Amino acid sequence: MNSLQDNFTNAAKIWQQLQEGDLPVFYVGTATCGRAAGALEVKDRLQEYLKTKNIKAEVIEVGCLGPCFLEPLVIVQKDTTQRICYANVGPDQITEIIDKFILGSDPCSQWALGNMSSAVLEGVTEFQKHPLIKSQVRNVLHNCGLIDPENIDHYLAQKGYQGFLHALEIGPDETLSIVKSSGLRGRGGAGFPTWKKWDFCRLAPGDIKYLICNADEGDPGAFMNRSLIEGDPHALLEGMLIAAFTLGASHGYIYCRAEYPLALHRLDIAIKQMQNLDLLGENIRGSGFNFYLTIKKGAGAFVCGEETALIASIEGRRGMPRPRPPFPAVKGLWDQPTVIQNVETLANLPLILRNGAEWFANFGSSSSKGTKTFALAGKIKNTGLIEVPLGITLKEIIYDIGGGIPDDKSFKAVQTGGPSGGCIPAEKMDLTVDYESLNEAGSIMGSGGMIVLDEDTCVVDLAQYFLSFTQEESCGKCPPCRIGTRAMLSILKKITSGNGQLSDLDQLEQIASTVRDGSLCALGQTAPNPVLTTLRYFRREYEEHIENHQCPAFVCNSLIDYHIDPDRCAGCGACAKVCPVQAISGTRKKPHTIDPNTCIRCGMCLSTCPEVYAAVYRTSGSLTRYEPQRKKSSSPPSA
Amino acid sequence: MTSSLTQILERYHLERASLIPILQDIQEKDGYLSPSALAQLSEKLNISDNEIFGVATFYSQFRFHPPGENTIQVCLGTACHVRGGHQILGELEQRLGITAGQTTHDKKFDLQRVACLGCCALAPVVKVNGDIHAKMSTRKIPALLRKYQGERNPE
Repeated sequence: MNSLQDNFTNAAKIWQQLQEGDLPVFYVGTATCGRAAGALEVKDRLQEYLKTKNIKAEVIEVGCLGPCFLEPLVIVQKDTTQRICYANVGPDQITEIIDKFILGSDPCSQWALGNMSSAVLEGVTEFQKHPLIKSQVRNVLHNCGLIDPENIDHYLAQKGYQGFLHALEIGPDETLSIVKSSGLRGRGGAGFPTWKKWDFCRLAPGDIKYLICNADEGDPGAFMNRSLIEGDPHALLEGMLIAAFTLGASHGYIYCRAEYPLALHRLDIAIKQMQNLDLLGENIRGSGFNFYLTIKKGAGAFVCGEETALIASIEGRRGMPRPRPPFPAVKGLWDQPTVIQNVETLANLPLILRNGAEWFANFGSSSSKGTKTFALAGKIKNTGLIEVPLGITLKEIIYDIGGGIPDDKSFKAVQTGGPSGGCIPAEKMDLTVDYESLNEAGSIMGSGGMIVLDEDTCVVDLAQYFLSFTQEESCGKCPPCRIGTRAMLSILKKITSGNGQLSDLDQLEQIASTVRDGSLCALGQTAPNPVLTTLRYFRREYEEHIENHQCPAFVCNSLIDYHIDPDRCAGCGACAKVCPVQAISGTRKKPHTIDPNTCIRCGMCLSTCPEVYAAVYRTSGSLTRYEPQRKKSSSPPSA
Repeated sequence: MTSSLTQILERYHLERASLIPILQDIQEKDGYLSPSALAQLSEKLNISDNEIFGVATFYSQFRFHPPGENTIQVCLGTACHVRGGHQILGELEQRLGITAGQTTHDKKFDLQRVACLGCCALAPVVKVNGDIHAKMSTRKIPALLRKYQGERNPE
């Protein structure tokens, strides 16, 4: 068996040349988030400026390092001892960095996020010691943002595909037992032990077995898989080889959302590179193992994240789930035994095979091993992708890594698990993040979306948001989900529009339990979670909407009125100019008024009124609120 | 049969599993799924038009009317929702005089809502013709529309 030794040697040489060569290197983060922040413009300007200045340098596109709020991120490596990661780099900053750092000796510490070289750099803190990075353990994401995802040599130089080669050496039985003792559980949400699923499939009768990677990251507010595929596609592909080899699967599919064009593009490139190295197809590297891989683009249906619906979609049908058992591991794609795994689960496999089961099990808690990536978003300072050992507390994630809540607002809750998960209130911030604790709190781990909510988020509105999502995405096959989600949604709409009754809350809970217990698949079974958890922890807020017709967070438009304070208004007319429905009237230099019957509560007047006047205010029931608000402490709540 | 459809079909085994990828390719080429394209496909795959229509309407990606010159997608994922995505959509609807899912009379703009574009850390976001605009606010909308008023959809 050819062991790829020449390729590894060559790749190591290429990598070393890049790291220790004479040329400066610019690593520009151009994942989707980087692009949205303008990374491609920065890269263009960089290349242009290097040319005009006649500087020879390498410019490499890399994936995302994680802190999306600091995008565009550029790592500048002047030489072996000076390597700095810069944040929020615009086209003007990059030229200044070239002038001052590359051509001069000023490290431009004002834009530096951290020093990534081993040498000490005056005024630039060590990257690893940055509060954002310090509490993280980047295992699955270890290559993201550091290597060129479109260059397989970069992956090989990080010991890529050695995990798979090791699996080939020890054989499928031994590989299965390593995965078993590692304690790896599915990262898609439910946390089913990976080895067990594989064992079912291996034992199931059938000539052909299939492996499917579920990259249909449909939870709104989740982008872990996108980032991982964009930053390190070969990690997923190597994981698929290991899983397929263990299962005896000869065909694999990657079912990826069409909304992720860059991820799809990078997978295409990576697959061609694998073919060139004889890592795909017939008799892979002379091992006798055959594996063919096809990419399927999702067509926009949330329910296709459910295993049996996903299978129906690959088969070219409407993506509707079917009753289980039989489970896909026994009877799946075209009625053959099929294993479906999440992207992150698969991307963990190369690490486990390379470093051993014990190494993996060292991370995490007793029942939840390893690390987990989370997409941190919403009302939090440091938004982005993080990876932490399971068993970490929510408080550590939100305050140490996430930096707390912006604008001095107070922290209200965190929503985990997307539309299938729930809201965990601020009082429970000492909860450890593992499969069991989150379940006990009424939420789920989910695939890793974590949305932080502050005092300005209305939980009733949020519950309505999630329910309208699941109601719309319900495939309509089973009545509890089809009718139940609709009935729950109409009650929530009643409440947020100020027409609710207290008895609605009991009815909501009653329908919720029917939907949970009676639905065919996880979409329906978990759809009530956002409602049930907010009712459990924030019942008072529901009651406020019903009894006092007020929305304490000032979100539910039907319960809010906009006004202009005549004592503050200087009559500048800025609000009247932007009002899209001409609801504001008044003469110049005299206080203006808003006609509540014409007003559509868009908030344009509030955001337009100059801060010196701050004359626009809102009322909801007996509550009044002026912006900008009084400052409040954003330090963590004491336990 | 149109030559573009023939070209697309050449890339596939003519079997049920190829149906959705073929529909995706047709839409990429024509911008939408026309009745005549579906009828021709039905004949080629030996699947009834009804059945094909049933599959196509299940998935939100597919559209059955010609698109406008520019496609505006407003993200309403969770992060965008809590950061005011609905207000962005409301403002766009107001300014364009259409509701989500419609095309303006002059065929300049399509307005769509999408569940999540995966750029949650930069919420709220709007995607126009494939370009993502991060950290949107209602005040940035007039400039955004002006930017695309003169451009044509490259897709």
